[in-house]
Amino acid sequence: MRDAAALSPLLDVRDLRTYFHTFAGTVRAVNGVSFEVGYGEVMGLVGESGGGKSVVGFSILGLIDSPGKIEGGKILLEGQDLVEAGEERLRTVRGREISMVFQDPMTSLNPLHTVGQQMDEVLRLHSDLGTDARHKACVDMLESVGISRAAERLKAYPHQFSGGMRQRVVIAIAMLASPKLIIADEPTTALDVTIQSQILKLMRTQIADKGASMILITHDLAVVSEMADHITVLYCGNVVERGRTRDLIENPAHPYTRGLIDSIPDTTERLDRLSQIPGSVPDIRNLPTGCNFRDRCPRAQALCAKDEPVLTPQHDGLLAACHFPLKAGERP
Amino acid sequence: MTTFLQSEFFHNYTRSSSAIIGSALMALFAFAVLAGPFLVAQNPYDIASLDLMDSYKPPVWLEGGDPRYWLGTDGQGRDVWASILYGARISVFIGLVAMIASCVIGTLLGLIAGFYGGIADSVIMRIADIQLSFPSILIALFLMSAVGTGVDKVLIALTAVGWVVYARTVRGSTLSEIEKEYVQAARVAGLPNHKIIRKHVLPNVLTPLIVIATIQVGTFVLIEASLSFLGVGVPITQPSLGLLIKNGFDVLFSGLWWTSVFPGVAIMMLVFGINLFGDFLRDELNPRLK
Repeated sequence: MRDAAALSPLLDVRDLRTYFHTFAGTVRAVNGVSFEVGYGEVMGLVGESGGGKSVVGFSILGLIDSPGKIEGGKILLEGQDLVEAGEERLRTVRGREISMVFQDPMTSLNPLHTVGQQMDEVLRLHSDLGTDARHKACVDMLESVGISRAAERLKAYPHQFSGGMRQRVVIAIAMLASPKLIIADEPTTALDVTIQSQILKLMRTQIADKGASMILITHDLAVVSEMADHITVLYCGNVVERGRTRDLIENPAHPYTRGLIDSIPDTTERLDRLSQIPGSVPDIRNLPTGCNFRDRCPRAQALCAKDEPVLTPQHDGLLAACHFPLKAGERP
Repeated sequence: MTTFLQSEFFHNYTRSSSAIIGSALMALFAFAVLAGPFLVAQNPYDIASLDLMDSYKPPVWLEGGDPRYWLGTDGQGRDVWASILYGARISVFIGLVAMIASCVIGTLLGLIAGFYGGIADSVIMRIADIQLSFPSILIALFLMSAVGTGVDKVLIALTAVGWVVYARTVRGSTLSEIEKEYVQAARVAGLPNHKIIRKHVLPNVLTPLIVIATIQVGTFVLIEASLSFLGVGVPITQPSLGLLIKNGFDVLFSGLWWTSVFPGVAIMMLVFGINLFGDFLRDELNPRLK
């Protein structure tokens, strides 16, 4: 496995394009996104709201509904293209090979079924285990996500759990079929700050124990910097920067990444105003020519309005799509 | 059972006089429908048990009343009380069966329209729209004149009219339901569509249907009575309450009012009871009214 891992990544997304054909025009929600997720690796997918992060997640699972459509690119899971795969193949991928954790644990569990029923459903679908074996697997799984008296709690309904406990249940369900990849879409955004770090730690140990990989979709750079091995920064459906977490956080090459990092409140420094990126995300149906970020960029020049920048190698092995990238340690 | 007795639903039930009256009336009719044939000596369908000498006897408290027929008799010497008990059986049977058929068909079509959308949605909902733009009695009348009369034909006509309200309600709830994250989660888990519909959508769209179904039984009883009164409903050999009214109506103004009025009162009590209870259910099951 390790040898294979060295050769090819678990998931290789190449030039993915997912468009939504609406009456008001074509929304290029994901417009040529490429990234890789290695075995046992956590990949952080970062960007502002409306940046196309969640659409990437749903594209991987083949769950883009009309009027949306994957218009191009490849999604290679262990070398097999999921874009070309039929619905039948995708159904065995969903839940068994790739599972997903959603943002709001209050709504991602069905209020009418017990936690046990909802866990059992996944195992019935994705394993050949008998009733007793499934029950035991559910109990073990619940215990491993830190829920005590698991056998008893299986009979409880979602409303009998607190928010943090529910997210533990959701994670337990996601891990149940031992998937190779977990897509976590803002898994801690709806939780209390005190619970957030517990849940993040839990997810880390879970995927480390099972040898699974994870795509962590979030707008919160603080979260990814703790969790991820690699980070991909999205802006308006494009990858603007990619690299190893440490290098990217410490010395980003793209001014947008720099702006995101500077927007994190720093408790050690007392500032009068929080720093922010001026302006807002442009209308994705009506993107400017050249670089999408140029209207908000402190380094924009005439060239940025003319040519669209492509991902090019920068310092520390980073890739950034910028005509005037930041040097290591340079401030915009 | 103890948990039900302690529930808020039961608590509110015991405090709502309309709910108690409504359910008492419904229980009364349930009893009459089930035990009716054992409560009366005469079978009004059995010609052998009829005696023409007993025709048009007034109720027992009027002059000339016969203690055997306390609500009087009709032109064939049929006991009005026995006719009501037998007629209520047919009325309630038609109301219930047509409601169940409408509910099943309407819910199914609503789920398909809401879940799959697209052409299926357009076709189903346009038929429903057209259906709704006609008075239901007109559609039933039209169908009855096309397919003929009979209990089964009445059921077909009522179902053809009744499914629309379920389809529309279910479609609406389904649309909001499939946006919920647990439905997304079920899709992500690889559940096939029919399982998602059955386990995650259907149970969550059922509650409003309970109210519609309850009220609809009353509506169906009334429509059936209207059809029978107009002469396109049930055949004379299976007289429902509506047909009893019609039969008595011919002699209503000759002073022989009881053959028509008592079945009318029976229908009124039945529909009144159903509606009272239905209103209580609507208030109880609608979270927005809490």
